[in-house]
Amino acid sequence: MAPTAQALADLTEISTQVEAAVILDREGTVIGSTVDDERAGRLASSALELVRAAEESRPEGAEELVQLDVALRDGSVFVAADGDRLIAATTRPDPTVGLVFYDLKSCLRGVSEEAEAKPKPRRRTTTKKKDDEKP
Amino acid sequence: MRSRSFVTGFVLAAGSATAAVALRRRATRRRDRAELYFAEGTPVSLTEGQPGADRLLQHARELLATARS
Repeated sequence: MAPTAQALADLTEISTQVEAAVILDREGTVIGSTVDDERAGRLASSALELVRAAEESRPEGAEELVQLDVALRDGSVFVAADGDRLIAATTRPDPTVGLVFYDLKSCLRGVSEEAEAKPKPRRRTTTKKKDDEKP
Repeated sequence: MRSRSFVTGFVLAAGSATAAVALRRRATRRRDRAELYFAEGTPVSLTEGQPGADRLLQHARELLATARS
């Protein structure tokens, strides 16, 4: 299983309050999700719009948004950020907010660490032939 | 007799006040709201009807509906 899929599978297993989750970058590209691709795309798009709307409420002098939660009558929406990556999740009504944030951040951190741990492809080096080697 | 009616009145008044507080708290809790946290720890709370809240809450509702569709 891919690291992102594994992290999301762990998330839904550990946090029974999380119904659906999507990991995306700040351009809205889906990195992984617990739902099908079509829904994941729409979730990522809504999550990005949500973050942009939240950024508009940023107080003067405040730094970037790191997390948000929206409590609605039918359920809650959470977004947590870690660098360029975001995770958005939905839960049932009245979740344990601190616990959900902890699980989301752990999931996101796990994905980021996996990405950083991946060995970068080696740069191909070419050695110029010495002048005396040329025919 | 007089003291009995005083006690009854007092109990009724206290009960009504408690019920009013409980109902108000419940209504506040049921209202849609958003909590935003910025990097240095600044929290911002937005409740339905406040400037900037409605657009944010609308996106959250869309997200929730998509997740459950």
